Parts: sequence; structure tokens; C-alpha cells
Amino acid sequence: MSNRRNVELVLLVFAWLLGILGTLQVGWATGEGTPPRLWITTGAVALIALVMHLVVRFRATYADPIMLPVGTLLTILGLIMIYRLDVADARRAQLNDAPIPTPDVYSQLTWFAIAGILFCGVLILLRDHRRLQRYTFTFGLLGLFLMVLPLAPVIGTTVNGATLWIRIGTFSFQPAEIAKILITIFFAGYLVKTRDSLALVRTKVLGVGLPRAKDLGPIVIAWAVSLGVLVFQRDLGTSLLFFGLFVSMLYIATQRRSWLFIGFFLFLGGAYFAYSTFGHVQARVTVWFDPWAYADTTGYQIVQSIYGLANGGILGAGLGQGFPNLVPFASTDFIVSALGEELGVTGIFAILLLYAILIERGLRTAITCRDGFGQLLAAGLSITFALQVFVIIGGVTGLVPLTGLTTPFLSYGGSSLIANWVILALLLRISDRSRRPDLSKVSPDDAMTQVVPRVNQS
Amino acid sequence: MSRQIRRMSFVFGLLFVALLANVTLIQVINADDYRSRAGNQRVLLAEYDRERGPILVASDPVARSVETGNTLTYLRTYSNGPLFAPVTGFYSLVYGATGLERTENRILNGKSNIFAVDRVQQLVSGRQPIGGAVTTTINAAAQKAAFSGLKGKRGAVVAIEPATGRILASVQMPSFNPNRLSSHDPADIRAYYDELEADPDKPLLNRPIVSLNPPGSTFKVVVAAAALASGRFTADSVLPGPKTYKLPNSSKELRNWTGKECGPDGKVTLRQALAISCNTAFAWLGNELGAAALRDQSEAFGFNNGFEIPLRAATSLFPQDPDAPQTALSAIGQFDVRATALQMAMVMASVGNSGRTMNPYLVQEIRGPDLSILQTTDPSQFADALKPSNSLSLTDMLVNVVENGTGSNAKIPGVRVAGKTGTAQTGNDAPSVAWFVSFAPAAAPKVAVAVVIEESGSTEISGNGLAAPIAKAVMEAVLGR
Repeated sequence: MSNRRNVELVLLVFAWLLGILGTLQVGWATGEGTPPRLWITTGAVALIALVMHLVVRFRATYADPIMLPVGTLLTILGLIMIYRLDVADARRAQLNDAPIPTPDVYSQLTWFAIAGILFCGVLILLRDHRRLQRYTFTFGLLGLFLMVLPLAPVIGTTVNGATLWIRIGTFSFQPAEIAKILITIFFAGYLVKTRDSLALVRTKVLGVGLPRAKDLGPIVIAWAVSLGVLVFQRDLGTSLLFFGLFVSMLYIATQRRSWLFIGFFLFLGGAYFAYSTFGHVQARVTVWFDPWAYADTTGYQIVQSIYGLANGGILGAGLGQGFPNLVPFASTDFIVSALGEELGVTGIFAILLLYAILIERGLRTAITCRDGFGQLLAAGLSITFALQVFVIIGGVTGLVPLTGLTTPFLSYGGSSLIANWVILALLLRISDRSRRPDLSKVSPDDAMTQVVPRVNQS
Repeated sequence: MSRQIRRMSFVFGLLFVALLANVTLIQVINADDYRSRAGNQRVLLAEYDRERGPILVASDPVARSVETGNTLTYLRTYSNGPLFAPVTGFYSLVYGATGLERTENRILNGKSNIFAVDRVQQLVSGRQPIGGAVTTTINAAAQKAAFSGLKGKRGAVVAIEPATGRILASVQMPSFNPNRLSSHDPADIRAYYDELEADPDKPLLNRPIVSLNPPGSTFKVVVAAAALASGRFTADSVLPGPKTYKLPNSSKELRNWTGKECGPDGKVTLRQALAISCNTAFAWLGNELGAAALRDQSEAFGFNNGFEIPLRAATSLFPQDPDAPQTALSAIGQFDVRATALQMAMVMASVGNSGRTMNPYLVQEIRGPDLSILQTTDPSQFADALKPSNSLSLTDMLVNVVENGTGSNAKIPGVRVAGKTGTAQTGNDAPSVAWFVSFAPAAAPKVAVAVVIEESGSTEISGNGLAAPIAKAVMEAVLGR
């Protein structure tokens, strides 16, 4: 067997064992002792991972063997840190004679299970990623709808200044996370059709070849939508993510560097407009320039984050031995600084390396994919990971202005976890397609299942 | 499209390198800077997360960390807090640390390099470092005797072991309760601190080593030492001791506290002048010896030098360039002469120790978390203040002060006590300070004491009346009487 499914299984077991060790270390180092539900929770994780593995084994046999273990390990690391922060929150509540808050780790575990089901669902129901291309505009409209949904009355909710959430009863969700996927599919489908006209039809302006005004339409629309997100939902991160994603995909599709320059200048214009118009953007940028001057007010989060990271040093305080709960939103936006405090710069390097592997594998899938749509989709999905990781980790470490994005797989939050696992499923589906051996060279006897080739003409 | 994807992956590679570089900058290169910033609670919380080592008096912990089970895992508690406060200081969430808590912090929190071996073990085992213990030189009985003697007064007591410089007692009144400043309740800490700051008696001042007062007649010990050292005077030299002494180049006159001549025909021996604390004789003597001789003598006892015991003591002062009338006033411990209780105890300890001034110290031993001794302080000499023969002669004169002179209240039956009273005005119409300095047993002293009481009455008697009984109690405590 050259499909490397056993490698995947071994890596998954390794990730699971690391999870047990980490959980035990948190329990012991914080003095909580062995977590009472250790075998239930780790058993649940093992079950989810095993089911995902089996689905990949039988439904995406040739898929990349590294991505599933990497996603699982990142999710497990997130679960460990969320559990660790639960312990800290419970301690603090005890100290203040407040009721002990509901632990987050169980709901995150539930979200992981749901994410696992959706992951399997995508792989089982979607046998060929090219089917998605049929619904390009449906997905586009649906994505746009989901993005504006938080602005709807009654269900739309504003949390920490950003209108990103919908709430129905006690259930809340960030539709932009799902919209991210739908819009990437839309971009891929749209660009694969129009790239020739976008790339080839040029008008010369002052000696520089530029696309025609009517071909500029889509990028202007994407730019406007990004700005709209910024204006109406006050969410810098998502706005940046969408625009960066669109420009990157446009560049890949058209192979024209001019799009990058156009995109860059549009970004500069948009950034200047946002900076001069919106107080919250201005505040973010001011804090980014000198967080220390606002250490007690608007710069509090980032300063605490830097203190936490510095406390971690090279090897980290050790799981359960730092003070990650001093950073606000430690389990969501700032989970990387929590991990950095307890696992040190070594731990952050490891985590960034995991992301780099994931993204590299995704981009490699894109390169080896045989159809343009698959190429664009795989590249786009990988780029969402890359942009998100850069923007949020850069934000919490003060490299770029802080924006509210989740850290893929690690952050506490159902919408984000589900969306990222669906992205992973799509990448594995494309990867399975592109790595599948040439059918003409496989005799029917060697094939595990009989393969009926099916070709979609677009 | 593959080429574009490769290019994009290269760009993202660069962005990731930027992230790696940035976290390295924060977590490795600038980490120490961030850790030491004020406002970084983590350092403090980490300190409170470790078991801080105890401060011991003999083998009895007077400051130790007690587990609380809260976010701040350990609470610093002081048994008999106000008694030992000038030694231990406090360890506060809000105001940092003082006293030995501050100077010995790296021992107590286990971060000192003497624990290097332990640290390797900790790195391997992942345990938090446990602090070492600091054993003080304090004698609990002497400390308690001084404390109860000072009750209701404002002042300080320092006792020193003359042969070594070990500080046996360092007491102040009023004192404060370090437990309240070291609690985990910032609001109460602030309230208590503000209350202490507002107190006109300044309980937070480390009086024994920081409070500077004119030493008054106790400074005559230094002048007598200078007289013997000059070779021009012996205990039996006859000095002029008239009713008043006209300050040179001045219309002002200096009077004896009795208002009488110090001896028949206004003549008095050096021994007798010291015994009855004759101002006119010592003012004359001061000018005979000159300011330079007085300054050299006082500096050999430790004046004009800042000692770290390891708490930083205030520098006792002998003025740099006094003119003749100022020299005369300096010779009776007035003008700009200022001394801490520690300094006057050092003077007496040096006289009792054959003229060898020892560096005073408060830390006897440093012990590891397992109480094994890691470091012991060796006594060290600061200067030679007196020739042994002169020190014998001066001791003899000082015994005479207690047995036949102004220091009668310090007599201990069966023990020869050397001592000197003093009273000094701190300014015109300002309240006086009363002093008593002594050592015992005179032949081979085990303890030298300085007692200073601020805002006492205004007669010379007060040194003997107020301060001498306290000195006596402290000496008795050390001598086991």
C-alpha cells in the first residue's frame, strides 16, 4: 500500500498520546490531580479521530496523510489549553466566592465531535470536489447572505464591538466562518471561468497594461464588500482576510502581477480611509505603534500578552504553571499567547511549524491538482489558513495591529472549529483526487474498490 | 498557476519567518526587559507561587510562607511581627519588599546562584524552586528586652557583639505589623500603609539604622578616645572645667548642665570629666585636639561611612570643616554631629573590643531549602580605632561612669558595666533625645548597646533615667541574667 494511510494512523495515535500527556500535566501541575473524566474526554477524542481516519481511509484513500494528524494535534493542543484555562477560571471564581463557571472544554469537545461529523459528511457526500463548481453563484450568494446575517435584527449580536454573531436562543454562531468557505468556492469557480479575459484583455494606461474597466468589476466589488464588513460589522480581521484571499486568488488565476499591485493600492486606499474614518481602527493602529503607552487601557490586552510570552521564555513556564488567564480572551483570540507562556518560544515554533506544514501540504495539493478549479480552491483554502494565522498571531505578538480573528483549530469557538475542519475535509478531498494513481495503470484487481472514472466538463 | 502558487507560498514563508523572528524577540531577546517592567504582575505572582524561605532568629522562623490554597499560593506571615519588623521588613504585593525581605530576596525566593545545583534538579523535575533560609544574628531575648523597654516611648535600640560585629538586637518603637502589609488584600494593605505614613512618629522608618540624632554627651567617648590617642592626655590629665566655657571667636558661652564648676578651682581630671559629663572640659578638649583629630577618630569608629548590614544604614556624620566654636560644640555631640543607634553601639563595641571596629552584620547564615548551611558570614574588621592599652584605659573610665558617675541605672550586680549617658537638643526649643551607650562585661564584653529615646525630657538625667534601664535589660538578656 503506497497510500500512506498507516502513517496517518500512527501520527494520529502520537497526537492523541501527546494530548493525554498534556492533560495530565495540566492536572498535576495545577494541583487538580488526574482529571476525573480523563478517560471519557481522551476516549472521545480518540473516537472522533479514529472515525475521521476510517472515513479518509475508505473515502479518500489517496489523500495527504499529514493534514489530518496536524489538524487533530492542533485541536488537541487547543483543548488542553482550554482545559487549563478552565482550571484557572475555576480557581479565580473560588477565590472570589463566585459560582464556578461552566468549563469550556466540554463544549469545545462537543464542537469537535460536530466538526468531525461534518468532516466525515463532506468526505462521504462529496465524492468529487468539481461538483462544487456547478453551484458557484449559489455559494457566492449564500456566502454573502451569511456575511450580512449578523446585521439582521433580532438574531444579530454585537460582541466586543464587532457585529459578527447571530444568536438564536442560547445558540450563537459566527456565520462569517462558514461564509469564508462558501466565498472561497465562489472565488475559485468564478475565477477559473473568467481568468482568461481578466488576464489577457488589457488596455494600456500610461504604458502599463491594465485590465479593462469592466473586468475590474469583481475586484472592486470584493473590495467594497470587505470595506462593508469593516464599516457595518466593525471587523477588521475578517475584512482583511477576505480581501487578501481575493487578491491572492486573482493573482494565481490570472498569473498577472498587476493584480497584486492594484490590490495593494486598493488596500492602502481602504486602509487610509478606514484609519481616517473609524475611531476603532485608529485606536488599534495607535496601540500597535506603542502598546506600552496604553498599557492600562486600550493596550492592556496586547501588553498582557507580551508579558505572558516573555514569562514563557525559551522553554515556557510549563503547562499549568504560568498565568495565561491574566490575558483577556485567553481561550479565543489570545490562545497563542497562553500557549506561548506555558510552552515557551519552543512551543510557538512547534505550533507555527504545524501550521506551516498544513499550509504547505495544502498548497502542494493545489499544485498537483489536475483541474483549475481544484487548484484554485485548494490554494484559496490554504491561503485562508495562512492569512488567518499570520494576522492573529502577528496581532497578539504586536507584529501587526490586533484584529479579531480566531486561530485555526486552537481557539475556543464552535463556528471556527467546524469551518476549519470542513476546509480540511475539502483539502483532503482535492488531495485524494490529485494523488490518486493514474487509472490506466491500475488493473481492476489491484484496486480496492472499482473505480468508475467520471469526468466533469466545465 | 503552479508558479504563482509557489510564489505565494514563498511570500507566506517570509511572513512566517517574520512571526518566528518576532516571537523570538519577545520571548528570548527582550524577555528580561518585559519581565522586569513595573505593571507586570506575573513576576510577583510567580514569587507568590513559590514557597519563600524563612527568616530565622536562632532556629525560630520569624518570617515564613504559609500555603493558602488561593491564586496567590503562599502568604508571608510574621510571628511577632512588630518586634522583628526592623529586621525582616515586609513583603508586600503593593509596596514591594523592605528589610531582609528585600536585601536577601534572591536567597529567599531561591533564585540566587548558590542554589545552582538545586536549579538543575528543578529543571529536570519541573519543580518550582524553593527558597533558602536566612539565619539572622539576632538574639531573641535581647530583642524582646529592648522592645518591652521601649514601650510607650519613641526610639531605637541596637545591640552588637563587640568581638564579631554581629547585631544582636535592632529594635524600634513605634513599630508596624508586617503581616498587614504582606497580606493578599491590596485595599487593606494600602489603607494600613497610608495610616502608617500619616503617623507623625513614622513607624515605617527603620529607626535603629536610619534615624540620625545628635549623639550629645555619648560623643564624649569618641573625644576621650581621641585624647588618649593623641598621647598628650591620660585618664588622670587635669583639664580646665569651669562653670562656663566661652566659645572661641564668639560671644556665646557654653554651660555645664549642673551650672557648677566640674571640680575644685574649675579643674577636673579626664576620668572625672567623663564620669560627670563635664561639657566645658570636653569643649576645651575638643579645641585642644582639633577638628581633624576628632574627625579621624570618629571615622575610625565608622562615622562618615555607609554600612550595609546588608540593610543600608544611614551614614553617621562628623562635620567636614568646623571652625573653632563649631569644633567645641561637636566635641559634646552637638552642632552637625549626627549618629544612628547602630553607630553609637559600634563605638562602644570597638572600645570593648580592644579598639578594633568590626563591620556590623545581620545575616549569620544562608541555608538551602533542606536547611544545609550554604554560606556563613565571617566577621571582618572595619578599622583600628584605638590602641589596646588606650582601650583598656577608656573602658576603665567608662566603668567609672556607671559605678560613680551619671550612668548609675545601668549597674548590674556582679558585672562590670561600661557606659555613658547623653542628652542632646535637636534644635532650639526642640525636644531632646536621651542616649545611653554601654557594654558588658567590661573586661571581655559580650554585648555593646546603644539606646536612643527621642522627644524625652530636657535634663541630663534622662539618659540615665530613661535609656540606661533599657540598656541594662538588654545586656542582662544577652548575659543570661
